[in-house]
Amino acid sequence: MSAAETPPARGKGEPIIEITGLNKWFGSFHVLRDINLSVGRQERIVICGPSGSGKSTLIRCINRLEEHQEGTIIVDGVELTHDLKNIDAVRREVGIVFQQFNLFPHLTALENCMIGPTWVRKMPKKDAEQLAMEYLERVKIPEQAHKYPGQLSGGQQQRVAIARALCMRPNIMLFDEPTSALDPEMIKEVLDVMVDLAETGMTMLVVSHEMAFAAQVADQMIFMDAGQIIEQNTPDEFFNNPQSDRTKLFLSQILEH
Amino acid sequence: MTAQPFHRAQADMLGERPPPPRTVGTIGWMRANLFSNWFNTGLTLVSLYLLWLIVPGVLDWAFFTADFAGEDRFACTSSGACWAWVDQRIKLFLYGFYPIDQIWRVNLALILLAPALAPLLFDKMPGARYLRWFSLAYPIIATFLLIGGLGLEKVPTSKFGGFMLNITIGLAGIVLSLPFGIMLALGRRSKLPIMRIFSVAFIEILRGVPLITLLFVAAILLPIFLPEGFSLDLVVRVIVVVTAFSSAYMAEVIRGGLQGIPQGQYEAAQAMGLKYWQMMGLIILPQALKISIPGIVNTFIGLFKDTTLVIVIGLFDILNIGNSMVSNPKWLGLSTEAYVFISLFFFLVCFSMSRYSALLEKRLDTTNG
Repeated sequence: MSAAETPPARGKGEPIIEITGLNKWFGSFHVLRDINLSVGRQERIVICGPSGSGKSTLIRCINRLEEHQEGTIIVDGVELTHDLKNIDAVRREVGIVFQQFNLFPHLTALENCMIGPTWVRKMPKKDAEQLAMEYLERVKIPEQAHKYPGQLSGGQQQRVAIARALCMRPNIMLFDEPTSALDPEMIKEVLDVMVDLAETGMTMLVVSHEMAFAAQVADQMIFMDAGQIIEQNTPDEFFNNPQSDRTKLFLSQILEH
Repeated sequence: MTAQPFHRAQADMLGERPPPPRTVGTIGWMRANLFSNWFNTGLTLVSLYLLWLIVPGVLDWAFFTADFAGEDRFACTSSGACWAWVDQRIKLFLYGFYPIDQIWRVNLALILLAPALAPLLFDKMPGARYLRWFSLAYPIIATFLLIGGLGLEKVPTSKFGGFMLNITIGLAGIVLSLPFGIMLALGRRSKLPIMRIFSVAFIEILRGVPLITLLFVAAILLPIFLPEGFSLDLVVRVIVVVTAFSSAYMAEVIRGGLQGIPQGQYEAAQAMGLKYWQMMGLIILPQALKISIPGIVNTFIGLFKDTTLVIVIGLFDILNIGNSMVSNPKWLGLSTEAYVFISLFFFLVCFSMSRYSALLEKRLDTTNG
């Protein structure tokens, strides 16, 4: 079975992420196999697939949390190599939200949001605080600003994590299963924030199995299995007329219940 | 007994009620902790009985039947402890051979220690930000006060002794071993092979050798290896050795803390673009040190008590002063009194450290409240 041909970027602008011939191994395990993907500016892509299919690894390569062995990744004109300068430049432009939130437990919500602007952007403390409050308001938890992560619910923590990433004013946001660790009643508050964000025109790559969310915001759906992109299409086509048997099987499994 | 109804719908929410009175307050505490079951009740009663046996005897010996005044041990006629020597020897126990007319300098250094430590120990204290500059300058000020120079009469470190010597070595060792320990712990986890090999070798060698051996090295071998015409004061050499020794232990304690930090914390810090030292200083170490507090304080306490080992290279710390007193014919055989007295000093210092660490752990707990 061959990987689907990469269709031309259907985004609303020129490509901002270009991945060509990407291969990655964990030891001898071939986790990403010949990935080609072009993401347009302001484009929103939702990636799904069974666990172990390499979806998280793929988006973690985009901000170099994982190192790839073959192929090129170009983010906003900067190629990711061993050059630390390039890595720093890319990381300043790319925000990431993790499944496990990864908030800094010894800092308050506000301090979590201020740390990037203060130390990476070298912003004066006053301005950083103002910026942080602005984003905490956008994720609708300004009243929790002075609490520590341990005192917040999962949904609140994930919204702080989104605000923290946004405080760096990134051009691209990566979401690595942002709602998988949440109790059901908290998933909506996080997805609402992500929908809001999509409406602002942020370029987003989201690893998620929230199919209703995907149908609502995605410009493109990607289905991955065994380290490859099996299918890539518009949500409409993807859900109503999946081409590959693997995609059909996967969709039937997650949409059944 | 009627069966639970299969359908239910509750009209009103239940209000809040206070807990049953027998489970709170002193009575509640005693029920929960001392008399929770027959075994605990038994242990409590046995403990009370043992206290009743021991405490009155100790109090009798130390206070009620003790002698407090006299010229020598023959003045002590009652059955209890003989504290007559304290009055005469206290200066020797505390300051060693430091010139009597200069003792104010030691006292001043000790008094200044309070404002130097306070802003480090209690970071929410008013004015802590400015006082921290004083904390930074304190080691220089204290060294100057103790050694002299610049108009102050010079006191050679060979005159240092008594508890003041223990505190000098202990404090210097504590202040220096923490940063060195952190560096070694980071070095041991470094991706750079040279850093890693050096750190591992340093830690393993120093941890694998008894401190007494190292003290002999400091006293006898080190001067031979030092270049011609370059001599390092014995007390300074001891501080170097004690610091190196404790740093090795400290490094392992902190490495344990570093291993308790989830990988996600590193990833979140890197993803945001923080540089290595920013990530370590702002995100990783504050958390790792917090987890390591019990181990760090344990190492501090061990280091402080180990300062008594300088006895083997002939320094007169408080323990050696005590030893020499009990072999003096005037006070012969008063070793119990001397050692109890000395133990009390160490206990006070170590117990304070322990209590402070408990307080710190409580304050740094961000999971509730």
